[in-house]
Amino acid sequence: MQDFADLVFEGMTVCGRVIGARQGFVYLRGEYRYLVDALKATLQSRREAGLLGEAILGDPSFSFDIDLHIGAGAYVCGEESALIESLEGKHGVPRIRPPFPTTHGYLNKPTVVNNVETFASAAKIAVQGGEWFASRGTAESKGTKLLSLSGDCERPGIYEYPFGVTVRQVLEDCGARDAQGIQMAGPAGHMISAKLFDRRICFEDLATGGSFMVFDHRRDILDGIRNFAHFFVHESCGFCTPCRVGTSLLRDLVDKVHTGHGTRADLEEMRKLGQIMRVGSHCGLGQTAPNPVLDSLDQFPEAYERRLRSTAFEPAFDMNAALEQARWLTGRTDPAAYLDEEALVGAMP
Amino acid sequence: MSEELSFTLDGRRVPFQDGQTIMTAALAAGFYIPHLCFNPEFTPHGSCRVCLVKINGRMQASCTTPAAAGQTVLSEIEEVREMRRGILQMLFVEGNHVCPACEKSGACQLQAVAYYAGMLAPHYTHFYPRRPVDASHPDALIDFNRCILCELCVRASRDVDGKNVFAVQGRGIKAHLVVNTPSGKLGATDFNITDKAAQVCPTGTILRKHSGYEIPIGQRLYDRKPINVVGDVAALAVSKGGRRHD
Ligand code: SF4
Ligand code: SF4
Ligand code: FES
Repeated sequence: MQDFADLVFEGMTVCGRVIGARQGFVYLRGEYRYLVDALKATLQSRREAGLLGEAILGDPSFSFDIDLHIGAGAYVCGEESALIESLEGKHGVPRIRPPFPTTHGYLNKPTVVNNVETFASAAKIAVQGGEWFASRGTAESKGTKLLSLSGDCERPGIYEYPFGVTVRQVLEDCGARDAQGIQMAGPAGHMISAKLFDRRICFEDLATGGSFMVFDHRRDILDGIRNFAHFFVHESCGFCTPCRVGTSLLRDLVDKVHTGHGTRADLEEMRKLGQIMRVGSHCGLGQTAPNPVLDSLDQFPEAYERRLRSTAFEPAFDMNAALEQARWLTGRTDPAAYLDEEALVGAMP
Repeated sequence: MSEELSFTLDGRRVPFQDGQTIMTAALAAGFYIPHLCFNPEFTPHGSCRVCLVKINGRMQASCTTPAAAGQTVLSEIEEVREMRRGILQMLFVEGNHVCPACEKSGACQLQAVAYYAGMLAPHYTHFYPRRPVDASHPDALIDFNRCILCELCVRASRDVDGKNVFAVQGRGIKAHLVVNTPSGKLGATDFNITDKAAQVCPTGTILRKHSGYEIPIGQRLYDRKPINVVGDVAALAVSKGGRRHD
């Protein structure tokens, strides 16, 4: 949107023409507010050039305009029906589907929701043709993909690749010499370890939304996972039970392992909980929120295992800390008022 | 006569009409699928996820999924029951549910569904949220500790009573039910104990004052028979002459 906004608007206009729409919106996350002036200027210059507004290019049957809408930055508003709710001025809570936006979208009218990359590609295809677009990429994934590379690499930034490129190639190009894992497609995407670096980026192999977060060997994978777990607690919209409650339960379990209090039973619990969230949540956010945990349990088991206690079970709370109030009330500070934690845990079934 | 549309639920044939969901069709035919945020008198909400069933191999909410001819729906299989128990356990630990001390015990849908689903303990770590009780209204009491955010009271007040007394505020785990007044107190609203919103709570959150324990605990609706027999499925099944599943 910074460098190719005009191309995106062009693509939206093409879409408007194809489906017969009169109004388009750009939904801009609050974090990108700094782009507003530039985007407005671009829209205005398109209007002045007769490429937006009434009777585009002099064709009285073709009128289309684009408005900017600024969201408050909720992650869930990336879900298309939550985005539409937010666009209508309501809470960003995903709708029940069906009906889908294609029939009941903005103000219950048929609506196309696409990301900027798709619209930019559409504009190019309109000019250069499908053949040109399909000449790159793989059999099932035509064209190119934008990848946003960040994390432990020498040259972070946005890269464009034909579909089918290997993960290893991408890492080499951005100067990620020592990667142990990558979080692909953001926190809700998938975490992959070096074992999968020869896989190819395309729909038939490793599909990705576009973001690549590189973790090198100096990092503790579990630190990253812990961040993601906290992130989803913050971003859950709170509508449905598995995501609203599950994200907090999962965070607590990750924290428990991270602080060295976890046991094998907790890892099993994470898997079960993650499964309930994955299949039970109302929208994609809750369904994908456990991905970082579930993936890393498979791909980086050692990140968890080296922190586990050897016992089979440990309570979720600290018994000694729980007794603090009782000690305070009775004024006791003698050694017998403190529990021997090791002995206690050993005595658990 | 044209062929009757139908799907199967745990192997039994369920007829349906266009526009019905798996849930409404099943209930109309007298088959119970556990539910909390769904109420036959309201449009589906899809938030509690207790009604998850396996439809053609995929887990989906039965209250929001349209019925379609030939679907294979599985509800009483261990995979679904385990999922359902997990979701119910989440609801129990999210709030403060002390059933033996609750006026609604025995008439509470949450408790009854939990019994039906075979939930024996809350399993997860309790959140123990602090949620003050609102006793400001002369005829009703709100114990927010028991709210499961099904939004039935929100919907009833808005769509039936035309009053908009309730709303949900906050996001994620901080989402909570509020009363739509500057003070946040029910006493400051035109809420009336005869309102629809006063009758729909599936838990012991919105309670009537001045009339506790008229039916002793142990003799209440779900104390006597499980919810799949005496819940809303019974009323509907009788009216349609359908069979009950027990
Ligand atoms: S999955 Fe999460 S974000 Fe999506 S509706 Fe449920 S609570 Fe909201
Ligand atoms: S008060 Fe009762 S009806 Fe209202 S949202 Fe909470 S549980 Fe549902
Ligand atoms: S009854 Fe279907 S989601 Fe609550």
